[in-house]
This record gives sequence, structure tokens and C-alpha cells, in this order.
Amino acid sequence: MDADKTIDCVGLYCPMPIVKTAQAVKKLTQGEVLEVVADDKGIKSDMPAWAEKTGNEFLGVEEDGGEIKVYVRKKAD
Amino acid sequence: MTLIVFSDDLDRALAAFNLANTGASMGMKVNMFFTFWGLGVIKKESVARGDKSFMQWMMGLMKRGSAKRLTMSRMNMLGVGTGVMKSMMKKYRMPALQEMIELAREQGVRFVACTTSMALMGLAEQDFIEVDEYAGAATYLGLATESGVNLFI
Repeated sequence: MDADKTIDCVGLYCPMPIVKTAQAVKKLTQGEVLEVVADDKGIKSDMPAWAEKTGNEFLGVEEDGGEIKVYVRKKAD
Repeated sequence: MTLIVFSDDLDRALAAFNLANTGASMGMKVNMFFTFWGLGVIKKESVARGDKSFMQWMMGLMKRGSAKRLTMSRMNMLGVGTGVMKSMMKKYRMPALQEMIELAREQGVRFVACTTSMALMGLAEQDFIEVDEYAGAATYLGLATESGVNLFI
């Protein structure tokens, strides 16, 4: 999936990937897509929950071995 | 979200700040109410004798608090267990409690200190790191009734 920005959260655990996602999305403009690369599988549940609560759009997960890529589109300000 | 931080156990404080930081990242208004032993989490490393009575001063020396000095609720083993846990957290790149506190401040988490507990332990405003409000139970309940998540830790 194409993204406007990627953040590397490999090796980081809860709550850091979500905190870093929130910080990164703040800097995007509406409609842009953020890619989060992580390896803590909690992110697969946490990212949709974060998006739902914050009013952003969860676009999906791609997995490659131990690497997990999740995508969110900035919807809210 | 409101969190009552009653305990000064390192493990409980870590759990409290994990939730506070996640909540703030989810756009929630987060208030942390520090009371009783929980005041130790936001105490400065060195606390002046000030107007403390002898008993309060001695209690302060025995329960020295400050985020850096907290120990685990279990398996502390005179500090050895806490040291092992801290080094494992570092190995897994998990932020230390002090970093979690700083992060919470950056994210706008509010700190409220319980004035009754402060009086009991002889603690004054200058004994703490940043605090937004010094207040009591009515303030906490006012915040809690407006919030969907209220936890006692």
C-alpha cells in the first residue's frame, strides 16, 4: 500500500507505537496515509481501536514474516 | 479518563502511565489524581525538611519515593528484582517510568495532587515535580463523573 509517511516502531511495545502514531498523524494533512511498521502483534488490535476512537480511518494490515505494517488515513483534525 | 494513583509500586505506576499515555494519544482528556502513597510517584528526588514534624520527616526518609526510587510490588528482593526488571525493560526498549511521566506531560495529561495526603505526610507544593492542581475528593469526583473510564491503581 502507498503511504505518505512511514514510521518505524520495530522493537517497540505498547504504548509506544500508538503514541508515535498519534504524534505522526498530527503532522499529516487530511487524507494522507500513514504506514506504521511494527513487530509487536498487539498493534493489529490496537490500531483499529485507536482509529475508531480518534475518528481516523483504519485501512488494513499487511504481514511479512514477523514484520507487521498497518495503515491509517487521517480523517479528523 | 481519570486515574487514581494510590500506590507507589513501580509496576502499578508503569501501568497507570501506560494507560495515561495511550488515552492521551487517543484524544482523551486524562486526569491523574495522586493520593496517599501515590504522591511518591511525583515527588522530587530530594525533599526538604521544611515544616515537617519529626514523624513526617522520618516517614519521608523511609519512603523516599520519586519515580527513580520506586520498587516493584513483588519480587523486589531488596532492590535486586527491581534492578533486573529495569534492565530487562531497557533491553526491550521500553521507556522507564521517568520517561513515561515526561511523555504524559508532553501529551497534556493533567496531574492533581491530593492535599489531604500532602498534609498527612508533611509534603508541600515545592516537594513535587509539575502539578496542575492541588485538590480533594470533590474535584476528583467532578472529573470522574464526566469521564467514561475511571480507575483506581
